[in-house]
Amino acid sequence: MLTQSQKGMNLLKKMTKEEYSKMAEKASPPSPILKNCLMAFLVGGAICTFGQFLVNWFQSSGLDLKEARGAESTVLIALTAIFTALKIYDNLAKHAGAGTLVPITGFANSMVSPAMEFKPEGYVMGIGAKMFVIAGPVLVYGICTSVIYGIIIYLFGWY
Amino acid sequence: MAQRIGRYTLQMTNRPTIEGFASVVGKKEMQGPLSSFFDLSFEDTTLGESSWEKAESRLQTEAVNLALRKAGVTAQDIDYIFAGDLLNQCLSSTFGLRSLDIPFLGQFGACSTMAQTLALASIVVESGAARKAAAVTSSHFCSAERQFRLPLEYGGQRTPTAQWTATASGSVIVGTSGKGPFVADVTVGRIVDLGIKDAANMGAAMAPAAAQTISDFLQDTGTMPKDYDLILTGDLGLIGTKLVRQILADNNLDITDVHNDCGMMLYDREKQDVHAGGSGCGCSASVLCSVILNRLQSRELNNVLFIATGALTSTTSQQQGESVPGVAHLVHLTST
Repeated sequence: MLTQSQKGMNLLKKMTKEEYSKMAEKASPPSPILKNCLMAFLVGGAICTFGQFLVNWFQSSGLDLKEARGAESTVLIALTAIFTALKIYDNLAKHAGAGTLVPITGFANSMVSPAMEFKPEGYVMGIGAKMFVIAGPVLVYGICTSVIYGIIIYLFGWY
Repeated sequence: MAQRIGRYTLQMTNRPTIEGFASVVGKKEMQGPLSSFFDLSFEDTTLGESSWEKAESRLQTEAVNLALRKAGVTAQDIDYIFAGDLLNQCLSSTFGLRSLDIPFLGQFGACSTMAQTLALASIVVESGAARKAAAVTSSHFCSAERQFRLPLEYGGQRTPTAQWTATASGSVIVGTSGKGPFVADVTVGRIVDLGIKDAANMGAAMAPAAAQTISDFLQDTGTMPKDYDLILTGDLGLIGTKLVRQILADNNLDITDVHNDCGMMLYDREKQDVHAGGSGCGCSASVLCSVILNRLQSRELNNVLFIATGALTSTTSQQQGESVPGVAHLVHLTST
């Protein structure tokens, strides 16, 4: 027959997952939402303003609006790729949050950063396969959605 | 011979000796408050290797070799080495220890690995199954990030509850001779899961396991927190530290006065941008194998409970929305 001490006791017997979840939430400091929003607004706004400046500049150099927008995106993507490669981008994004994530810069960074990271696994299974590890879902669902919209627009004759 | 006391604790009647120990760290750890206690540090996080994984393996190689040298023994004298790390199939240990030619037993205990390997090394020495045994573990910020989270250069924001995986390794040689420190007791922890799913809040996931193991040990030995100079948890960080103290206080075990946490000690949390503190196998390993064992050796500390905590999670379980079970193993260390 085991004595009580040989059976041990369960310290957490009385605590439910819900109770602990509340306790853990109370102990965890919240994200600084106000500061994050402000930084996202400022940096995101600055990137978009710079984008608009590029569009205007390309237009004044003789491109039409559609071409100018394409050229603007290309420049932002290239700059992001360069900043990511120079290991500067993540230090900016740490503060900017959604400000750098939401514009096309976020997409570019999500392609370049895994490409850099998985170089040791080789050009095919490393860079080639892993490049889409973050951006992949965006592409899959982005393309699916555009196909569905296309069908709807076609069926209703809205184009 | 080891003797079981209570339900969970093994008392080491011969008190295996820690004959040598060493810690090896990266640059960021060297900029932290414990810099003067580490044996070796690397300025370059790649350690001159071609991948982060190789760099982490090197950390283990260096830590074991240094510990062997400090113990005044060679790899030939070691009967078993218990080793583990965070990477898939413990590859840092395999590659790091490949050339040592010591009978090898790989261990996975997530960030509790230092206590797990030290406990096993102590038990085999205590039982006479080994004359000397080694314990080693490591983690590397970059290899852990790429396996568990996102690429290093990805522009994301870390939550305030996230912890920083230490680039560090710690190794201990356990034997039967020398002036100590000594291993007095070992308590192997149970898996505890209170349903925390946020992998960016490991401290909260592991705190109940730490509380459970501390309470098991105190109950088994009939001691109280005030009987110890230091109760040192593994890497609970800011949130886990609050929670483990609270859970134990709610059960009439107030550890606050004697408690510290490796995750809170390794970095200057405010200045080094590590959010809730340090984590990773190397965090508790490098803190134990530097300042703690040093102070036990110099008898500034005499009676220490070392409880390394592990979050038993994987990328697969996280993606499938499973909770993060925790485990905590305790090693009771004494100076005499």
